[in-house]
Amino acid sequence: MEESSFMQQVSGPGTGVDKPFGPVAAVFLAAGIGALVLGVLTMLAEANEGVKSWLEWSTSVGPLSGKTIVAVIAFVVAWVVLGIGLRGRNPKASSIFTWTAVLVAVGLVLTFPTFFQAFAPEE
Amino acid sequence: MHLTYREWWAVVHGMGLGALFLLAFAGGFAEFWSLRSGELSEKGIMTRTRRLEIGTWVMAIAAWATVITGTWVVYPWYRSTAADSPKSLLVANPSTADWHEFGMEWKEHIAWIAPLLATAVAFTVTYYGTSLVKHQGVRKALMVFFTASFLIAGVAGALGAFITKAAPVH
Repeated sequence: MEESSFMQQVSGPGTGVDKPFGPVAAVFLAAGIGALVLGVLTMLAEANEGVKSWLEWSTSVGPLSGKTIVAVIAFVVAWVVLGIGLRGRNPKASSIFTWTAVLVAVGLVLTFPTFFQAFAPEE
Repeated sequence: MHLTYREWWAVVHGMGLGALFLLAFAGGFAEFWSLRSGELSEKGIMTRTRRLEIGTWVMAIAAWATVITGTWVVYPWYRSTAADSPKSLLVANPSTADWHEFGMEWKEHIAWIAPLLATAVAFTVTYYGTSLVKHQGVRKALMVFFTASFLIAGVAGALGAFITKAAPVH
């Protein structure tokens, strides 16, 4: 995919060589993936007692410890992997930003209590 | 006037880092807004870009510091199983239970999305440097994600303030 009008240059000052969009795509998609992983883990921990226990990496913090650590690891790993994969490339910026917004939106929905508490086993 | 050790940490988490986050957002947003090539000299672009880098990185670092201190320092005191812990007090009363069941349950999770977005924005500003002004579409997208990060943190911060008012950490 080539640069779209989204990346169109405008005339005027501004120094520096034109840089490929790939590294920016990598960090934004990674942020979206981190948000999505956090949401999925939140839902899974609510739905399954085994997952909830596994995520309790710290007794004092509870399952939130595992959820946040795994989400941050997912963010960092995705950033590195996508950074390598997209190095020197120019994916379409509008698509990348749209995908990031979608991933973050899904992450937000999955971390919304009314939504994830619906997956809690009946008592 | 006296604050306990735990109250000091709550102040650092909610008011100290929260205020820094707010200031960095306001400054960063103003610099984003003004970074338009037709209106600036080359020197103006360099100055604004430098301030933008500082503002976005300060906001990202403040966001990380806020969620780390919130989750790993203050939250364990909040959720302690002791009968007088804030969580115990909130859930024991049906009229305040939602502050935990909804408020804290949402806050503790979404807050972590804010630093992810803030880091992506700060990295992009540093990556493009002064040439960001030539990519107006990217600049506008960065403003959207920068604002989204702020709003997400704002929701978490507001819930935190209300929860602290209902059942403070002592």
